[in-house]
Amino acid sequence: MLKAKNKLGLVFFPAFDWQISPTHPERQERLLYTMDQLNEEGVFDIDGIKLFNPTIATEQDIQRVHFCYPDVKTRVPQSHLISAGGSIRAAEGVLKGEVQKSFAIVRPPGHHAYRVVYGDRGFCIVNIEAIMVENIRKRFGNKKIAIIDTDCHHGDGTQDIFWNDKDTLFISFHQDGRTIYPGSGFVEEFGGPGGFGYNINIPLPPNTGEEGFLYVLDNLVLPILEEYKPDLIINSAGQDNHYTDPITNMNFTAQGYAKLNERLNPDIAVLEGGYSIEGALPYVNLGIILAMAGIDYSKVKEPDYSFEKLKQSDDITEYIKVLCEKIYSKWKRREKTAYKLFNRKDSVIRNKNIYYDTDGIMENQREKIKVCSECSGLIVIESSSNIGQDLLAITIPRDGCNKCIDEGYNLYKKTNNNYSKVYLQDKINDQFFDK
Amino acid sequence: MIIGLDTGGTHVDAVLIENGKIIDKTKKPTDKSNLFESIWKTLEELLKNKNLDCIEKINLSTTIPTNAIVEGKGSKVAMFIEGGPGIDPANFICGDHVFFLDGYIDHRGREIKPLNEDLVRKKAEYISSKDIKSFAVVTKFSIRNPSHELQVKDVLTKLGFSPVTMGHTLSGKLSFPRRIYTAYLNSAIFSSFNEFAHAVRKTLKQKGLNVPIHILKADGGTMSLNEASKYPVQTIFSGPAASVMGCLASFNLQKDALLLDIGGTTTDISFLADGVPLFIPDGIAISDYPTLVRSIINISIGLGGDSAIKINERGNIIIGPERQGPPMALDGPTPTPSDAMIVLEKLNFGSKEKASYAMSLIADKIGVTIEKAAEKIYDKFGEIIKEKTNEILHKINSHPVYTIQELLYGKRIKPENIVVIGGPAKAVAPILEKKFNIPCKIPQNHEITNAIGAALTRRTLEVTLLADTERKILSVPEMGIYKKVDSSYNLDSAKRDAIKLLHQQLKNLDADSYLNEVEIIEENSFNMVRGFFTSGKNIRLRAQIKPGLIYRIGDDKDA
Ligand SMILES: [Zn+2]
Ligand SMILES: [Zn+2]
Repeated sequence: MLKAKNKLGLVFFPAFDWQISPTHPERQERLLYTMDQLNEEGVFDIDGIKLFNPTIATEQDIQRVHFCYPDVKTRVPQSHLISAGGSIRAAEGVLKGEVQKSFAIVRPPGHHAYRVVYGDRGFCIVNIEAIMVENIRKRFGNKKIAIIDTDCHHGDGTQDIFWNDKDTLFISFHQDGRTIYPGSGFVEEFGGPGGFGYNINIPLPPNTGEEGFLYVLDNLVLPILEEYKPDLIINSAGQDNHYTDPITNMNFTAQGYAKLNERLNPDIAVLEGGYSIEGALPYVNLGIILAMAGIDYSKVKEPDYSFEKLKQSDDITEYIKVLCEKIYSKWKRREKTAYKLFNRKDSVIRNKNIYYDTDGIMENQREKIKVCSECSGLIVIESSSNIGQDLLAITIPRDGCNKCIDEGYNLYKKTNNNYSKVYLQDKINDQFFDK
Repeated sequence: MIIGLDTGGTHVDAVLIENGKIIDKTKKPTDKSNLFESIWKTLEELLKNKNLDCIEKINLSTTIPTNAIVEGKGSKVAMFIEGGPGIDPANFICGDHVFFLDGYIDHRGREIKPLNEDLVRKKAEYISSKDIKSFAVVTKFSIRNPSHELQVKDVLTKLGFSPVTMGHTLSGKLSFPRRIYTAYLNSAIFSSFNEFAHAVRKTLKQKGLNVPIHILKADGGTMSLNEASKYPVQTIFSGPAASVMGCLASFNLQKDALLLDIGGTTTDISFLADGVPLFIPDGIAISDYPTLVRSIINISIGLGGDSAIKINERGNIIIGPERQGPPMALDGPTPTPSDAMIVLEKLNFGSKEKASYAMSLIADKIGVTIEKAAEKIYDKFGEIIKEKTNEILHKINSHPVYTIQELLYGKRIKPENIVVIGGPAKAVAPILEKKFNIPCKIPQNHEITNAIGAALTRRTLEVTLLADTERKILSVPEMGIYKKVDSSYNLDSAKRDAIKLLHQQLKNLDADSYLNEVEIIEENSFNMVRGFFTSGKNIRLRAQIKPGLIYRIGDDKDA
């Protein structure tokens, strides 16, 4: 019998009774062929691979991360609570020591969900990794966590949520935002005053292949992780960089995804996007599972795989080399740069237009982060959208100082009529208030 | 009249049943060196002075295939395995000669790379020189498209090999490794089973008994001796299933229940869900080979009347898991639960004095009276069963689910009755009732429940129907169907076809009295979308005749 070198937990929840619409990429069929491939390969029989059912994320789990308008019950359907719960279950397996690693193959995805939630954007309503990360911190202590987002689209929601948090290093590699949804994820987006340098974007040119992705991993991501020394590494494992994906333009492969996971060696992986449901997902998921479990994956190849066809051009290779050097030196200079940028400021204000493509909602946001010498700083968001009245959302960070705590509570207390909803997220005491 | 015969490890049990009444029963020791002889002797005694013309059929369970596998006495088998992309198939090598083919069928059943027939021929010719007759061939996703397996079989048959087991004929379930093991085992035990079948047919004919012969399967059903001769692997581990069906035959059990068979060395645990035996999800494992053979859940724990009792360094009572011999009441070497139950006057055999001495050994170590020691052991016996049962139930109830509906509202098994059989059944019933806090029943004739089950159980059948209307292909692997359908084919057509196929099969098997028992157990139809348009439907359906009985023994008792 086949035996896993690393005990691996799998949450496999294809949600065969849920879809956005019958012809939407997020439809019932999405993980059907993956399930067939995994069953046919006998993956669930492998000694050392354990299957867990998802739990269901609670309102509190969601509120640790999001401000749902008007509230969690109205905004978050059962399906999303389950995919968030599936991620939590996967993490729990690792942190309780039931398994050494785990992989949540769940849907719907989450990495396009911002802090404030009016609806569905990029097929996501709540951010399943962020919810998992905060659940881990609540139950297993304030860990230093690195999220490596290998989805083809920029993980803009995860970036938004951890923008000002240096205990969560967020690295996203994705197809250059000038050529694809959601149009963000540039090198310059480098984090807020409390977490500057801990939000790293690596925008890659279309047609980047195995060589390019692994180059970025080996020459940029792994060295940064080496220096950051996270307690946990999470792979936000979108699979739409695959050469057969219908909504992207990259040339990544099942072998590439497997190698990436072998070298990155994440503690937890969570499926994000990936819509080549027949040509990619069955092989990519199998490759990732085998790589994580420490089982030989050398024979996992797409039926139409061709090394020659997928070879990346020299231009791309050179471009990526230069890009990596640029980002690495930016990372090295992060503290100096932060001092220059924020030294004399009281606060940093960002205005954001957030479009919910799936639900057709437009949101305007003004985010104000206090520059505080004692903590990472109070965050206050004012937001309006075309589906509701204005809201005010206040976050007291996990490391919040007494001044910021008082300021947050006072602001919550004295704010009234101007907003249809006011929220206070107190991350120190794990409390949430709204009115 | 129906004959039911169950071959166990220690005894062969047989009953003769007519219209729900037990006419006669026989129990004979099993002679492992000559199983056929043991079966035959038991039958002869059972049929002494009976009118053979009144016998309608014989249902028997045999351990011949199981033993052949467990003892590694199967025939030599050569295998062709076609893996394609995925886990290296070298991990699943079994058999004496294995050849890998480089064709490939993908998850939709599309041929990606054709079979290399020349290679098959060349390797087969090599095997011809090796004095091996049996082959098995398994290709990945063969249940979606069996063409490569069929092609290989064709070549091998022309070259004179037999049997050639094809993976897709054994089960409609996905699992390439299990398909490999199951096909291998089927070919390995083919000739020993067929020798047995031949002997049974011949002897019954000589005796003038010209009646249908059915063989028990691990799923609690039967199959005809002729079918079993083709697929002997389906008859492994039928013994526990016979006992479970015997429990069903004794009571009207419509709800969830716990079934216990308590023996000398082990206790076997099974469950009913709404009155139907619960299956192992994929198939039973035998000698480290996980298979696709459908089987009732039957989990053995090392706890029985003769289990050895020890006191550990912390003064706790440890029962089992090993047996060192008979109870001390029968001059055995160590104290046993049976000794405790003899002291408590719940069992009555052997020497009560010696049982009492056994208990005194325990009592001295833990500083209580002999009586108290016996009570503690008795209580512990019930406690262990309860703990193990709950562990197993927890596992069963956390089986993987794939829909939101199932995750939120799926069925959880919660036994409302216990049925207990085996030697100490009566003695143990009160403590089980106390521990589980649900009624505990003991069948009348509980010493031959297995033979009763064998006699009264009926045919089971299962088919898997897959239709891919984009490829315009329909396949029912278990029946060897692989044909065109048109694009209007839908879930309703699939249901109709599955039911029709099972009906036909039942008629062919002269089992048409169960036509109404056909049920659909799984149905799914996925819209396949390519680009922005629906390009077809992917329909998956399973239908079955579930395990059941011709009728129950005696009157309906309250459930
Ligand atoms: Zn994506
Ligand atoms: Zn502060």
